[in-house]
Amino acid sequence: MTHNEIVACFPHMANYAYAFKYVCEHGFEVKYLIPPPITKRTLELGARVSPDYVCSPFKYCMGCYLEALELGANCLMQIYGGCRLNYYGELNARILRDMGYEFEFFDMAAVNWKSPKDIIEHFRIINPDINPVKVVQALPVTFRIIEILDEFEDLIRHNVGFEVNDGEFDGTYKEFLGKLENVEDGKELKELEKEYRTRLHGIPLNKPAKTIKVGFVGDYYTVQEPFSNYFMEKELAKFGMEVYRQMNFTNSVIHNQGKKKRKIAKKYAKYPLGATANSTVAEAITFAKEGCAGIIQVKSFGCMPEIDAMPILQNVSRDYHVPILHFSFDSQTSETGVRTRLEAFYDMVEARNGRKA
Amino acid sequence: MNKAYLGIDIGSISTKGVVIDAENNILAKEYLWTEGDPMGAVKRLLKALEAQMKGIDAEIVSVGTTGSARKLIGVITGASVVKNEITAHAIGTTTIHPDVRTIFEIGGQDSKIVIIENGFVTDYAMNTLCAAGTGSFLSSQAHRLGVSVEDFGEIALTSKKPTNIAARCTVFAESDLVHKAQIGHKKEDIIAGLCKAVVANYLNNIGKGKKIMPPIVFQGGVSKNVGVKKAFEEAVGHEVIVDENGHLMGAFGVAVLARKSGKERPFSFDTADIEFRTRGFECAKCANHCEIICVYREKELIDSWGNKCENGAVRTAG
Ligand code: SF4
Ligand code: SF4
Repeated sequence: MTHNEIVACFPHMANYAYAFKYVCEHGFEVKYLIPPPITKRTLELGARVSPDYVCSPFKYCMGCYLEALELGANCLMQIYGGCRLNYYGELNARILRDMGYEFEFFDMAAVNWKSPKDIIEHFRIINPDINPVKVVQALPVTFRIIEILDEFEDLIRHNVGFEVNDGEFDGTYKEFLGKLENVEDGKELKELEKEYRTRLHGIPLNKPAKTIKVGFVGDYYTVQEPFSNYFMEKELAKFGMEVYRQMNFTNSVIHNQGKKKRKIAKKYAKYPLGATANSTVAEAITFAKEGCAGIIQVKSFGCMPEIDAMPILQNVSRDYHVPILHFSFDSQTSETGVRTRLEAFYDMVEARNGRKA
Repeated sequence: MNKAYLGIDIGSISTKGVVIDAENNILAKEYLWTEGDPMGAVKRLLKALEAQMKGIDAEIVSVGTTGSARKLIGVITGASVVKNEITAHAIGTTTIHPDVRTIFEIGGQDSKIVIIENGFVTDYAMNTLCAAGTGSFLSSQAHRLGVSVEDFGEIALTSKKPTNIAARCTVFAESDLVHKAQIGHKKEDIIAGLCKAVVANYLNNIGKGKKIMPPIVFQGGVSKNVGVKKAFEEAVGHEVIVDENGHLMGAFGVAVLARKSGKERPFSFDTADIEFRTRGFECAKCANHCEIICVYREKELIDSWGNKCENGAVRTAG
């Protein structure tokens, strides 16, 4: 039975809100609020109530929660990971409660995922009358949504820099997202997916046979949430580069490649560095081997795992003769500085690539 | 009439201009303070360069701009090349020192390192966060010690036993300096210690993990300080080259790029007399509140930027 008074909300991360919405509404049978798109206001609101030195994902989440609470969300959620993120849910909830907000909080870090009993118990936070069968039934479509999002975004990443008509990829994709929001079942999804796959592939391109490829790596949040990296993938594409990124929900949640990546990174990093750091190293190695002209690591300011990955990345850079640049983001990062360094990055890879060709 | 090329580098502290001929010879050069007014600074710069160009049989056919106000000044001067300062510095330096491997640059408010292999940039870093390694830090400390920055380097060279100064951060360095002066360290030792501290700070921050190979060229305002130059040489164990026009390398580099671009557009020093205005406002169409800059020539809107999306675009007439 759908609980009308429960309004669930996950903080924004890329475009996965559509998957969260589907599983909440069709699996947990509660309403889902897609929070307003992240803006400068989101970050300002979040930064104001967060510890100054905490990494930026925390601040973005706080901002999203506040904006969602304003709009009537009353059941907030937080994910978990291989670093201090595991404490974030607890702290998020505490700060918000101290501010006087009332809400339920589903913290994935608090769940013992090996015990079905514990899982169901925690799921009852979201909906006390939960029907676990419904949740299980909703999963295939939820996962499919994620896979389609990632597939389409990969396609855009590789081609948007070469579109003949400016803005065509973005426009088409936006239209797709608008329809995805109200998808009811797998059949509808399949039709929608087919239609837009054809349309996206049909967008006229002006792509040379040899392009400059650039690999994009970094911490889980910053590499995936475009606002938090100042839309860097788009900026790189605008220079006329093909952008490659491995980290997404498909490759981490649905088909967890963590083990495979740790193996690739083994020569450089024997031990787990925490969070996505080993993956970052592995992805950089793969991109270097596959002929990327340059690699960019983005990370939240103060992200320990990714800081630890930096010197390792420099070894990779040396061994494979591929430049690797690091960008760090927090609420104070100047857009002009990022822009300047990005332009220099383009000049650098372009000059070197021209020489090789 | 021979062809000439103008390069302008507008930073937050200083503005530099260079005019070169087709063989990269410098025909005119100028360096002045930006004083928080990039447009005013460029007008003064153009006047000064115009005066130097009197009697030289050359005409500027292409302009390049770099530095933090490169875009704005590029619009005003009708530049054919607008380049970031990292690339501009690298191009300028490799033009004069083709075999350079490392560029150190310490300016008034920021510092950079650029690593070059076979004439191509392979790595770089920039620091704008901490003042401890920069020129403004050195001049404020010189002031505190009652010596002028110009004499600073020479005094440092007379020291036999540089004082150790904690260089991690400006605030610590300052209090440590006061402390060392009180317990009786000699002035020249403190000054030499400061030069070492600046170098240590630089190498530990932006130089971290970089493969520093000779030849090394040292640029930026602080490169004029022989004390810092010597401290660099001791720290990296190689000779460090400082050349007379090192502070102009960004402007020179972008002039070279303007020449190589092959794009020629008429330019007149009279630009200095045209009234340009910028107007900034906040887009109110969403919570991003983008700051949009509009540039006007006389009354006419000639360019605008700053909007993150199409909804905030300001259309220029015509
Ligand atoms: S991976 Fe880094 S940025 Fe992400 S939560 Fe952990 S410390 Fe913060
Ligand atoms: S330009 Fe676009 S993103 Fe920026 S404030 Fe206006 S509407 Fe929002």
